[in-house]
Amino acid sequence: MDYLITEQQTMMRDLARKIAQEKIKPVAAHYDETEEFAWPIMKILADSDLFGVYIPEKYGGLGGGILDMCLVTEELSRACGGIALGYAGTGLGTLPILLHGSEEQKLKYLPDIAKGKRLAAFCLTEAEAGSDAGSIKTTARKEGDKYILNGTKQWITNAGEAEIYTVIAITDKTKGIRGASAFIVEKGTKGMEFGKKEKKMGIRASATREVIFTDCEIPAANLLSKEGMGFIVALKTLDTSRPGVAAQAVGIAQGALDHALDYARTRVQFGAPISSFQAIQHMLADMGTQLEAARALTYATARMADSGAKAMSKDSAMAKLFASDMAMKVTTDAVQILAGYGYMRDYPVEKYMRDAKITQIYEGTNQIQRNVIAANMLKEAHKN
Amino acid sequence: MNIIVCIKQVPNTTDVRIDPATNTLIRDGVESVINPFDAYAIEEAVRLRERCGGKVTAVTMGPPQAETALKEAISLGCDDAVLVSDRKFAGSDTWATSYTLAAAIRKLEGFDVILCGKQASDGDTAQVGPGISAHLDIPQVTYVKKICEINDKLAKVERMTEEGYDVLETPLPCLFTVVKEINTPRMPSMKGLMRAKAAKITKFTAADLDADPAALGLDGSPTRVVKIFTPEPRKGGEMIAGSVSDVAKELAELLKGEVI
Repeated sequence: MDYLITEQQTMMRDLARKIAQEKIKPVAAHYDETEEFAWPIMKILADSDLFGVYIPEKYGGLGGGILDMCLVTEELSRACGGIALGYAGTGLGTLPILLHGSEEQKLKYLPDIAKGKRLAAFCLTEAEAGSDAGSIKTTARKEGDKYILNGTKQWITNAGEAEIYTVIAITDKTKGIRGASAFIVEKGTKGMEFGKKEKKMGIRASATREVIFTDCEIPAANLLSKEGMGFIVALKTLDTSRPGVAAQAVGIAQGALDHALDYARTRVQFGAPISSFQAIQHMLADMGTQLEAARALTYATARMADSGAKAMSKDSAMAKLFASDMAMKVTTDAVQILAGYGYMRDYPVEKYMRDAKITQIYEGTNQIQRNVIAANMLKEAHKN
Repeated sequence: MNIIVCIKQVPNTTDVRIDPATNTLIRDGVESVINPFDAYAIEEAVRLRERCGGKVTAVTMGPPQAETALKEAISLGCDDAVLVSDRKFAGSDTWATSYTLAAAIRKLEGFDVILCGKQASDGDTAQVGPGISAHLDIPQVTYVKKICEINDKLAKVERMTEEGYDVLETPLPCLFTVVKEINTPRMPSMKGLMRAKAAKITKFTAADLDADPAALGLDGSPTRVVKIFTPEPRKGGEMIAGSVSDVAKELAELLKGEVI
């Protein structure tokens, strides 16, 4: 389907596709097996300017938006959802600065991120605060011109590898979620440590670790927006980043469908390629149609974000929900088409199924997305 | 440092088919790409500029559509590009091609290093690089796998041989043809692609060159292609079965019979 993207976006999608197919695809199984962080690939992405596609030209980027980020994320995910997350996770960690940073903060951090010199990470989740993000316990106490952070963030994508962390912490316990604030913390700050690397079902090339703050002193200038704005920063960030998760899901599903199509055309049973059987054809047709529907919703939502839409919680929740459920179904069906071979780890398709699962879980489980969607629908109905 | 890199647009070898009637390449519908060996020359040229400063100019001789290859060279880091194109160049063999490219290079603002891929994947002659150096009367080192040291006057390089490598020192300007062991070519960058899109490619026709018209194109090409043919496939070998000592004995007898 033609989504009428610009010439520059076509160029960037084709470049991301070339890197994904020529550089990532051949090493995806290796990084899945070893769980190493794919620094050589991050270097290629950095040199190709792709880290800067959604960052304004003023800060060294290419001046595009969320759609550009989605196009790149999708192509990278088509080869490996885990390696793609080094890129997409940096986008998530960067959005609080892009959306809420002061001019000074943007000038200080965005150029290095645009060049791919430094990766970023977003720190919200804690052991007791997953879906219930309002229960975070990490604190930031102001002392003179410093904030002192204490607490442990859990399951942080890019932790240990990234150098710029945007962190949500409580500055005023008495105010509940209105007492949360957002901060920038640089790797290497005294009192900031990383927990052990988590072993995961999928996206194994992505680094997931705890980020532990023990009397971690940061300059007061690292406060993003104002005290008390932490949850606004987090919610706005997630509303904007969810099309990125949707794009990751679309890419993973496309990668699995590519394999399923190839296999169906070459696998011969009962004297004919299995693609000649209606049972397989109908599966392929459903997979392709669902995938295209998810892509259309993802791009439409990304375009909405780029148009400067103020309220888009419902829309970005819909894109993330639909695309990730689609990815789980399409990757499961891809394994089914390859059947025994699909289940074997020597073949790449089972990895897509493992990688797809996380997209239904992170940046808000799909149950939370449904809550958000329904709440917004009911609110709109009430207004009318 | 002024660096020139000579490239050639070739059919993508992964989809080349031969017309069985004429024994020539079927070029219809085949994608054109930069000769794979030239990609290493481009990368080395860009690395030399990153090391020593200066400018990289990509040069190609070919039909107007070879401009695509030059734009790709710019997206990979070359600063400028020159397309040497004229109907009068049609039918050039390696002699006429290297003569024409040398004439085009003389028109540029001087050079310290000329880089070429070791050979093109379509003709496989490996003659054009050395030919350019001969026409320009400068030294050449072929099969370079490493440029160890380089300054305004001298370069120390490693030349790959079948057994290992030679270390050579050469005065500049000099022409190097490079092998794939020299580097890993980079991916294009977005900024490079955007620069390539906007780039103006300099075009030279026969009239722009100080060249003897009789030395150009088919007329200037002493090579005559007598016949192009696909070699007969080799016949299968003879298998000898039996115990190790019997097989060895029989093999020795057979070899003696062949008078090797």
